[in-house]
Amino acid sequence: MVIDESVIGRELPSFTVELERGRVRLFAEVIGDDNPVFTDLDAARAAGHPDLPVPPTFLFGFVLEGAKSTQWLDDLGIDLGNVLHAEQSFTYHDTAHAGDVLVYRPRIADTFEKKGGALRFVVREISVTREDGSPVVDLRDSIAVVRPAPADAR
Amino acid sequence: MSAAAVEPGTQLPDLPLPPISRATLALFAGASGDHNPIHIDLDFARAAGQDDVFAHGMLSMAYLGRLLTDLVPVGAIRSYTVRFAAITPVHAEVTCRGTVASVETVDGERRARLQLEARLADGTVTVRGEAVVAVQQ
Repeated sequence: MVIDESVIGRELPSFTVELERGRVRLFAEVIGDDNPVFTDLDAARAAGHPDLPVPPTFLFGFVLEGAKSTQWLDDLGIDLGNVLHAEQSFTYHDTAHAGDVLVYRPRIADTFEKKGGALRFVVREISVTREDGSPVVDLRDSIAVVRPAPADAR
Repeated sequence: MSAAAVEPGTQLPDLPLPPISRATLALFAGASGDHNPIHIDLDFARAAGQDDVFAHGMLSMAYLGRLLTDLVPVGAIRSYTVRFAAITPVHAEVTCRGTVASVETVDGERRARLQLEARLADGTVTVRGEAVVAVQQ
């Protein structure tokens, strides 16, 4: 399939995530964050949180998790090995905590070429809300596809 | 450093990270959910034309995020954006830096705009970013 502007606005499958306390702890430990608010329930509660708050970039990873997460690339004829993460943005509305159940709604927001077609960018916007629809974070990620196959090869 | 003390030009304390090991990449894949094999599977990386696996861009963004949560409570971050400028090789030693670019009052809230960057030991800038955080009066 040729990627062109016709994919802009396409909605991708939504999904729901339950945030696990152990996962929040592991994330904080792997990135070397020793702020106890992310790992120690008592410290989190002392800081006014109902449970462990999630570190600032924690909520993006779920977008990439599991085999189904790359289906949209397959559908566009993009080889995962040719994809580089180009930009990432978070706009925060509310703090997420372990135990929260969040709904992710992704859509393709933009696509364009650079360097005379050597790079193809695809931008997604993903709204992350609670089940009642109240906003938590808006994600925007841009990937660069290197070596996009020429149109006549598709 | 106290968030109340930030003024334009204020430099945040540098955050030097230990060398990024293959184990860190494997653990970050599991902890973050970013399972792209290019970061953890040498065979896949080579088949994709890379010499070796390389670090998740989001690992550097998470490291830079520590500058933010060292400065303000996590709920005080309003926005956070980065552009990935170069690949971070496995074993790289990354240093995170941040500077206060401006301070302004928006909707009655004092907010600092921070310029952020992650660098390798050879000076290569791998990530450039910007964040807006609420800081107390």
